[in-house]
Amino acid sequence: MSGVCVVMEEREGRISRISWEAAAAGRWLGALMNLPVGAAVVGSHTETLAAEVAGNALGKVARVEHPLLAPYTADGFSLALEQLFRAENPDFVVFPHTYQVRDYAPALAARLGQTLIGDVIAIEDGPVFTRQLLQGRLRGQYRHSAGGPCFLSVQAGAFRAETADIGPEEIVLFTPRIDSARIRVKPGAPFRASAQGVDLASAQRIVSVGRGIKGVENLPLVQELASALGAELAASRPVCDNGWLPPDRQVGSSGHTVSPKLYLAVGISGAIQHLVGMKGSRCIVAIDKNPDAPIFEVADYGIVGDLFELVPALTEALKADSNGLGESVQTDAR
Amino acid sequence: MKIVVAIKQVPERDARVRIDATAKWIDEDDLQFALNEPDAYALEEALLLKEKHGGEIIVVSAGPERVGTTIREALAKGADRAIHIDCDNLAERDALGVARLLAAAIKPENADLLLTGLQSDDLGQGQTGVILAELLGLPHASLILHVEKTETGFTAKRELEEGWFQTVELPSPAALTVQSSGSTPRYATLMGIKRAKSKEVRSATAADLLTEDTPVAILERVALPQKQKSTRMISGTAKEAAAALVEKLRFEARVL
Repeated sequence: MSGVCVVMEEREGRISRISWEAAAAGRWLGALMNLPVGAAVVGSHTETLAAEVAGNALGKVARVEHPLLAPYTADGFSLALEQLFRAENPDFVVFPHTYQVRDYAPALAARLGQTLIGDVIAIEDGPVFTRQLLQGRLRGQYRHSAGGPCFLSVQAGAFRAETADIGPEEIVLFTPRIDSARIRVKPGAPFRASAQGVDLASAQRIVSVGRGIKGVENLPLVQELASALGAELAASRPVCDNGWLPPDRQVGSSGHTVSPKLYLAVGISGAIQHLVGMKGSRCIVAIDKNPDAPIFEVADYGIVGDLFELVPALTEALKADSNGLGESVQTDAR
Repeated sequence: MKIVVAIKQVPERDARVRIDATAKWIDEDDLQFALNEPDAYALEEALLLKEKHGGEIIVVSAGPERVGTTIREALAKGADRAIHIDCDNLAERDALGVARLLAAAIKPENADLLLTGLQSDDLGQGQTGVILAELLGLPHASLILHVEKTETGFTAKRELEEGWFQTVELPSPAALTVQSSGSTPRYATLMGIKRAKSKEVRSATAADLLTEDTPVAILERVALPQKQKSTRMISGTAKEAAAALVEKLRFEARVL
């Protein structure tokens, strides 16, 4: 097929949400380049997945199916998709930028003499692919030099997943040759580390703390702010890595995705991995000492300054506000 | 056990970013550089394995002369020797080009284990370790928090999304990319710093390694990010800013 091939990923038996976003990116790219857009699903049982894709977003779907493709292994997926792409020779291959894709797509691309353009946030005429550099403080525009398929993966939330008018459905079965000896890594069953003690996903307000807090001994500062706000306390990755807060309070790609009414980020610079977990919040407030911190790009309100002065001042102001509010409610009642 | 750790020197986390005259990269004058954080965790895993099982740790790093300070830091922490791939145009290569360079230097070592950080804090491609595995014909796993040696290879704890993990088993030799979470990287001791001065750092040029370097993915231009939202910046003393913010949250955003 020349054209665009979107590799759709499964999660709990269905196509994952970010895969629909990758499909939207694929359709956008197909429209820019005037190319047909199809998809591939990979696994040991792909019939229902293929039907879900063909019925919803993309016309032609390749079912890349083999008993050795479940559970996922980098070796199995690389081998299978290498054979598919050698046979079909697509112009572009679009992946969702997931942990699984990060695990095998760079090797797959290298095998075909290519480099994955990863974590793409925008595609423009050319095509020119934009991705973030320096933890989000800079943007880079990439082009693919001619010859061979162009591999790219798209960041969660960068493209809006929507169903589209599709042409006639066409589902083809592709059976790769896989020798079990080529699968060298033995994956264990997924497990969760600890009981989940807090439900961040349903919190209305969240105060989230990052590296800027400097040490566990300073946490009471943000705890007081959280209780003055009636908010749950959350954190960016470094805070949990250091054991200052338990991992179930981590927001970001390796932790929770949250979208509260209010997200107040304290001492968080806003690395990409953090932003993907909270940028859907309704109102974002950022307090950080660095005026160039990427967190300010997604914030509705920002204060540049020393959190050790600002946080206690804010706690005080909130307490005064709720007292004041109490009085005014009484006044109204009279 | 012989362990190779591929490390990278990157601009310091809080460094001010200014775009250079070519608009292809940032101005590196006055920039402070540091060891890439995930690579520090990869080195720590290597040091822990060596403490338990003995062996040798070789660090490999590509970049201009300044990379020497980061290599010495790794040696001071306990690596035994180093290979410095002297290369001034690292940014002109794509992930495959850089990995080819590193693979050419690593291959003759015939190591039992290759470790590297899962991504660099500057380009953030998160591909070098996985491509290295492919080029060297090694089984690999990414996003690793902790590694243990077994009789025939390694078991590693791998991070999945949304708080899930899995254990993977790999035969030796293998390649792993390490997430910055596992064991906190140690500081170099004074004794370590002293010892590092006499450790071997072999220099190889990109030309010595005879690798292909025509990039497939070309970084054409860099730019400062556009704001996704119009941010209202609040100034004043801490007290003034706090009062102004509370007022805005209550009456403008209506989230209190």
